[in-house]
Amino acid sequence: MRSLFRFLLRNYFLMMFLALEAISFVLIVSFNNYQRVTFFNSSNNFAGTVYEKFSSIDDYFSLSRTNARLAAENASLRKQLQFRMSLQEQYPVNRPDTVDAPAYIFTSAKVINNSVNKQFNYITLNKGSRHGIKPDMGIIDASGVVGVITNVSPNYSTGLSLLNKRFSISAQINKNKYAGSLMWDGEHYNTADLKEIPFNVEVSVGDTVVTSSHSGIFPEGIMIGTIIKRDVSSGTNFYNIKVELSTSFKTLKYVEVVQNTKRTELIKLESNNVGE
Amino acid sequence: MIKDFGKYAIMFVSLVLIQVLILNNIQFSGFVNPYIYVLFILLLPFNIPGYILLGLSFLLGLSVDIFNSTPGIHSGATVLLGFLRPGIGNLISSREIIEKGNTPNLKQLGFASFLKYTIFAVLVHHLFLFYAEAFSFGGFFHTLLRTILSSIFSIVLILASQFIVFKN
Repeated sequence: MRSLFRFLLRNYFLMMFLALEAISFVLIVSFNNYQRVTFFNSSNNFAGTVYEKFSSIDDYFSLSRTNARLAAENASLRKQLQFRMSLQEQYPVNRPDTVDAPAYIFTSAKVINNSVNKQFNYITLNKGSRHGIKPDMGIIDASGVVGVITNVSPNYSTGLSLLNKRFSISAQINKNKYAGSLMWDGEHYNTADLKEIPFNVEVSVGDTVVTSSHSGIFPEGIMIGTIIKRDVSSGTNFYNIKVELSTSFKTLKYVEVVQNTKRTELIKLESNNVGE
Repeated sequence: MIKDFGKYAIMFVSLVLIQVLILNNIQFSGFVNPYIYVLFILLLPFNIPGYILLGLSFLLGLSVDIFNSTPGIHSGATVLLGFLRPGIGNLISSREIIEKGNTPNLKQLGFASFLKYTIFAVLVHHLFLFYAEAFSFGGFFHTLLRTILSSIFSIVLILASQFIVFKN
């Protein structure tokens, strides 16, 4: 026993190295699973506060760009509103609207930390459970889909960015409503792969890809991107489709968090089918 | 000794902050992310006791991990670097400099030795870091490319910072 201690003492540098590497390894495998990123992440209050303070300085440098983007979004929303109003004038509908509460609620939030250059990119927002943010809500911005919330603390929340290889989203081709799943290719921050679209579907370069009605997280028809390449791979029944993402992840500032108020009902109903 | 403690404490905090607030936002072509916080480990004196070297390396990595939400990845890489640092030091420097317990900076080692020292250290750290992040050898060459590009940027930034600090 004593000689064991002496051995350990003599080689303490190596032993300590192995012990610390073992701790790191345990941390890697047990916390990097995105559903279990709980303690060591940037939604904890300390890191969140530091990021927010820095982001408030950083904001001044992009004020004009942010303003231009918000103005453009206002204009497009105003156009839509005008269109709806004129529709209502032409075809007035009289029905009590109370049953049909809006299915989606939007909360605006600011991005205080974000990356595009890792294989698993995460995003931190300055709103948390106190503002009604919950895990599994979608994140969008004016130009398209951004990601999904995974962790919330009282004042901050973190989520998976679309640029995360652990994230996939149900997407459809806008013109014919064929749905597949969209996943980041891990290579470039503005392209992703659309999978599971069979040969018989007509696909051409330039088609828009939007969120599908199957997701339950995002409303149907939110822009994701446009198709830039379409290959026929040998040996399978599916296309290889490259999509250029419409969201500019590098300059993300303001986003909206989408809550599907009927999602719990939907999941409960669908879970009844399991096991039958 | 106390003075050194203060100096290193300030260096620790400022390098971590520079890393997470500024350098992690350099997203040049989506490939390159320089990590210069390893400079802290490089600049620890040669005669530092092993347990302090490893302990500080682990703490440094863990601090960066907490900000990046990547527990274990940076700390694993920094601990490996801390472990190999005495070996790298022996490789590039004379016994005389090491025994005097000098700080291995640009001024002490001279440009050629410091460059070699930095290249070895940054490559060890970055290789571990990028492969631990990908956590697979699938896409081996893609990861290798990211490692090399980021290493070049890190090395240039570390050298530049040395020139700025010791310009006189």
